[in-house]
Amino acid sequence: MTAQTINGWLRRLPPWPIYLLGAAWAGYLFWLAATGQLGAEPINRLEREYGQLAIKLIVLGLAVTPLRNWTRISLLKFRRAIGVTAFFFVLAHFSVFVLLDLQSVGRVVEEIVKRPFITVGFAAFVLLIPLAVTSNNLSIRRLGALTWRRVHWLVYPAAILGGVHYLWIAKVVQLEPLLWMAAILGLLASRIDWAGRWQALRVGSSRGDSATR
Amino acid sequence: MANRWTNTLTHADATPRALWMNRRALLAGTGALGLTALAGTARADALEPTALEDLRAYNNYYEFGTGKEDAAYYAGGMVTSPWSIKVDGLVDNPGDYALQDLIGGLTVEERIYRFRCVEAWSAVVPWNGVELADVLAKVGVQSGARYVAFETDVQPDAMPGVQRNVIPFPYVEGLRIDEAMHPLTLLATGMWGEPMANQNGAPIRVVVPWKYGFKSIKAIVRITLQADEPPTTWNMLNAGEYGFYSNVNPTVDHPRWSQATDRPIGGGLFAGRVDTPMFNGYEAEVAPLYAGMDLRANY
Repeated sequence: MTAQTINGWLRRLPPWPIYLLGAAWAGYLFWLAATGQLGAEPINRLEREYGQLAIKLIVLGLAVTPLRNWTRISLLKFRRAIGVTAFFFVLAHFSVFVLLDLQSVGRVVEEIVKRPFITVGFAAFVLLIPLAVTSNNLSIRRLGALTWRRVHWLVYPAAILGGVHYLWIAKVVQLEPLLWMAAILGLLASRIDWAGRWQALRVGSSRGDSATR
Repeated sequence: MANRWTNTLTHADATPRALWMNRRALLAGTGALGLTALAGTARADALEPTALEDLRAYNNYYEFGTGKEDAAYYAGGMVTSPWSIKVDGLVDNPGDYALQDLIGGLTVEERIYRFRCVEAWSAVVPWNGVELADVLAKVGVQSGARYVAFETDVQPDAMPGVQRNVIPFPYVEGLRIDEAMHPLTLLATGMWGEPMANQNGAPIRVVVPWKYGFKSIKAIVRITLQADEPPTTWNMLNAGEYGFYSNVNPTVDHPRWSQATDRPIGGGLFAGRVDTPMFNGYEAEVAPLYAGMDLRANY
């Protein structure tokens, strides 16, 4: 099967069901938690489920361009929906933490200030806000494509902070958060033009050489 | 020396067996109103024990994996009978004891204790067990013994966490001798009047209710009396986060989270947190053990 065939099918799919599926899945998890079907500690479990989904969706969003570069399969038209849904789960994760877990503004502020792993998680959330707000065509027009793209590079620091936040919660280093962190760093590395940088470095150093001669 | 500490009430006073056996299902049912009214005859300040199904479903037992459900899922494969415990070190009667030889003849009591995990969740557990002090009296503690060290069994074939080496095994823990001799400290063999489930530490485990849960070591195969403070697993893994004492203390935070509050398990999605009491509510009983000690330095 060629990438063209797959892209042909993908073209016929609209992106909006992703929003719907995200909202439905979040609602379904909430319903499970509220009816005692997420175990003995549903607050913690729901918080984790939402947070893990957010990380997974962010990684999926970061994978769109590398996937197109390597396989020619393009999920580009779905990327906004993936990103906005990821932000929705970050927001849901934070909401469970604030409204169901701590249940107090004072405690939330204290935790954000005092606990480094919560500080980095909160920083990731804050970095994602401008991305979520500008995820529309109007913003692209207003900002201009270049500025808009620069703003959206914030997804990389946000993803790394989110990965650190996930790793840092556990009492011991665990495999799953480690793998997601590796995926984030790997995808970031794949976006860097290593050959170009190497070339620039060589050109730069040879220029340096000639200058000393 | 049994019965040195008594519950302010037992769950027999609070909740008829038929109710606690399936509390959650009943509460969800149409008869919920009438039945909770009946259970409500308990004293208002009474501890409401956590449902047995929750206590058996939600455990930290890294021998089986790091997930809370791993122990319930895998522990069935563990062999807990016959069971032998090596008693050695500074004791008059060292040796390998069959479980029954070690606790036979001692009074098995029910103690309803708060249980507080270092991860800031909590439960109320009706334990069945004997006082550790009675067992130590049986083996004869020599005068030079200042600490007790414990070791958990390792059964690699039944324990995926051991196979993956998620932390170093065997799991080891320890208490100061006065902590071990304290009337609150139990060797528990049951829960809710039922034999201990494997995921809860069968066949025999320590229960020290004023310390974080990881001090209450499960499935004990070795008890050593010694002069020096023994190494303890979490302290070896991360000394900055887990001290030898690890007394429940709401004023000394874990470096990564607050210990001021905890979430009782089994409370549902909207239960929120409760304040964690000093020494997990056993301040009157155990504070004298630590008189003059800096609890911030000896966390």
